[in-house]
Amino acid sequence: MAIAMQTREMNNVEAVRETLHDALVRDDRVLIMGEDVGARGNVFLITKGFVEEFGPKRIIDTPLAEASIVGIAIGMAMEGLRPIAEIQFADFIYPAFNQIVGEAAKTRYRSNGDYTCPLVIRTPYGGGVRGALSHSVSIEALFYHVPGLKILAPSTPADIKGLLTAAIEDPDPVLFLEHKKTYRLVKGPVPEGRYVLPIGKADVKKEGSQLTVVSYGLYVHQALDAARQLETEDVSVEVIDLRSIRPMDRETILESVRKTRKLLIIHEDNKFGGIGAEIAAMVAEEALFDLDAPIKRLCGPDVPAMGYAITLEEEFMISTERMREAMRELVNF
Amino acid sequence: MPTTIKMPQLGETVTEGTVAQWLKKPGDRIEKYEAFVEVSTDKVNAEVPSPVSGILREIIVNEGETVPTGAAIAVIEESGAPASPEPVADAIMAAPVAPVHTAPAPAAAKGNGVSRVEAPSSVETLRGVSPAVRKLAREHNVDVAHVRGTGSNGRITAQDILDASHSSSSAPAAAPRTAAAAASDGRSSYTNPIPGTTIPLTQARKIIAQRMVESKHTAPHAWTMVEVDVTNLWTWRTREKDAFERENGQKLTLLPFFMRAVIGSLSAYPLMNASFSDTGIKVHKDINVCIAVALPDNLILPVVRNADKLSVKGLALAAGSLIDRARRGQLGADDLAGGTFTVNNTGANGSILSAPILPTGQTGIITMEAVVKRPVVVTGDAIAIRAMMNVCLSLDHRVVDGGVASAFLSDVKKRLEAMGPSGSL
Repeated sequence: MAIAMQTREMNNVEAVRETLHDALVRDDRVLIMGEDVGARGNVFLITKGFVEEFGPKRIIDTPLAEASIVGIAIGMAMEGLRPIAEIQFADFIYPAFNQIVGEAAKTRYRSNGDYTCPLVIRTPYGGGVRGALSHSVSIEALFYHVPGLKILAPSTPADIKGLLTAAIEDPDPVLFLEHKKTYRLVKGPVPEGRYVLPIGKADVKKEGSQLTVVSYGLYVHQALDAARQLETEDVSVEVIDLRSIRPMDRETILESVRKTRKLLIIHEDNKFGGIGAEIAAMVAEEALFDLDAPIKRLCGPDVPAMGYAITLEEEFMISTERMREAMRELVNF
Repeated sequence: MPTTIKMPQLGETVTEGTVAQWLKKPGDRIEKYEAFVEVSTDKVNAEVPSPVSGILREIIVNEGETVPTGAAIAVIEESGAPASPEPVADAIMAAPVAPVHTAPAPAAAKGNGVSRVEAPSSVETLRGVSPAVRKLAREHNVDVAHVRGTGSNGRITAQDILDASHSSSSAPAAAPRTAAAAASDGRSSYTNPIPGTTIPLTQARKIIAQRMVESKHTAPHAWTMVEVDVTNLWTWRTREKDAFERENGQKLTLLPFFMRAVIGSLSAYPLMNASFSDTGIKVHKDINVCIAVALPDNLILPVVRNADKLSVKGLALAAGSLIDRARRGQLGADDLAGGTFTVNNTGANGSILSAPILPTGQTGIITMEAVVKRPVVVTGDAIAIRAMMNVCLSLDHRVVDGGVASAFLSDVKKRLEAMGPSGSL
């Protein structure tokens, strides 16, 4: 941030709430629709009080029908509104897959630019909250293969505000992922007023010289903890918060890897065919001769879902300690 | 136990190698990974490291002899090693083969042919030598075999190479510098031979001779020329050159600008970026531009790969690095293979007209001649003093006819004349 801004401390859920509220006030084309977003005020109380303030035409409670939520929002977006569709939990997004992939992502291309689809789909994702099979999933890899779709997964309140604002103002569909474990866990300063960050730009959250770690969401915070612990041992790790999964900020990743010569990718989503696979392939293509160690991925295991039993959940989630050991091992390689 | 050493395969398409020089005599002791023979192919010279420690028992192939890859060239009596079920060792399997840095840079180049010399080592050492280590070792002229690894299980890390290069380059760095400095004015240099003597043909000279004859005999050369007004380009380059040299430590010549224009035209006329064969004309996907570099007793064509992806600045740095490494004799087979079109800065020697011979496998070679101030008739029938440069093109008439070639050359001219101080590097 070049200009010193007035900031206020808040957590991630407050950042989402404030950004949505600002957008509703600023632009009367903006509306929110989803399950329990109205009277109930969203299951995380993100939209509490919104229906009273903005009325039921802009804060729309929908049936439990995700295909309809997204489908109707697509129509609204194509006709000039700025709908923000909420999928209550990412685990429920599957019925809307066809609408998102088959319709929203292709609108601009299919109409040769006559129509765009300025739609934001917000959804809480991720585990580690005893959410079991239906409230823990990561969905980014299911969608990042699809051209025409932007996918954002910021990890801090300030980044949430900057990128959610950018998503709402973007002329094309954006899938906006909020890690639910960070909702109340992560706090930080957030710039006041309208604050927009560019989509497609990663953020070096910590500089370092011996290893590049790329992550996003909850694990950015754990990776930062692990990297800071290693600093006491004179081990210098750079931590990049991807923030934007697609478009992906190749330059920032490559620049860092060319400097540190080693890369560790950490994400919660399953390893096979995950975001890390794309990053690893990209680095292997572009920077092979700068690599001094094999590219490593620390990711969720390839099991169908996160179990409810605490032992299963802990096995799925990557502890800060495991991150630290993986970092240490790669630095010492 | 005796181990038979075989002629290594220095590149996928290389089928034979010549023993250039034995670095050890029979009876000499050889350490594992120690270079013991220098092998030359039509692309590069390389020192071959020994796969085993022992005594050189027998030299089977004498210096100057050429044998197929895989043929036995020597026998080393292994010392103190456990008996191995497979006593025949392929020298290439032993350790990274580094291009020879001391010998004059090898072999005149051409487009197709040899690919890689960086043959990796045995599975065991390959696991240790990362791509970054290989690259840094080559850049800093460090012999990996002599570096002590500080990584896990003694692995050599990139940092180890950097440390090794610092410790060795502090004192004796003067030698290669002078060689580079001698040639750094961009002009070719050579030593006068003594009249009345016959100069034996070096490997490089033989290859140049063979290639030139082959090209002249197989590709019907046609030739054409345009004159280009580079006044604005000259102004641009003059404006940028001090800052560029300060930032990048190398001079900004006209070459990268010229390359940029030629590359643009190659994209517009892909047939100029092609190779003739009896089965058809292969139009290349990549634009890999060779730059002709004159060395005291050799002429080589290092390649700027995927040149269409580079800006003027990118081309300047890539070409600068190649020319510098060529003069230091540090190019590898990779730097010399895969060229699809050649740019020759003949103007650096003051020439205003040349008719170059095509590198085999390429459809065109283009020259930039000396920039000369001349009175020129400009718009409105006025006469002005303009900086003029001739651009000459030799082409393979089997691939293109005059129409395409002229259109291509006009396009180059147009691009050069459009370059001026408003451009960005």
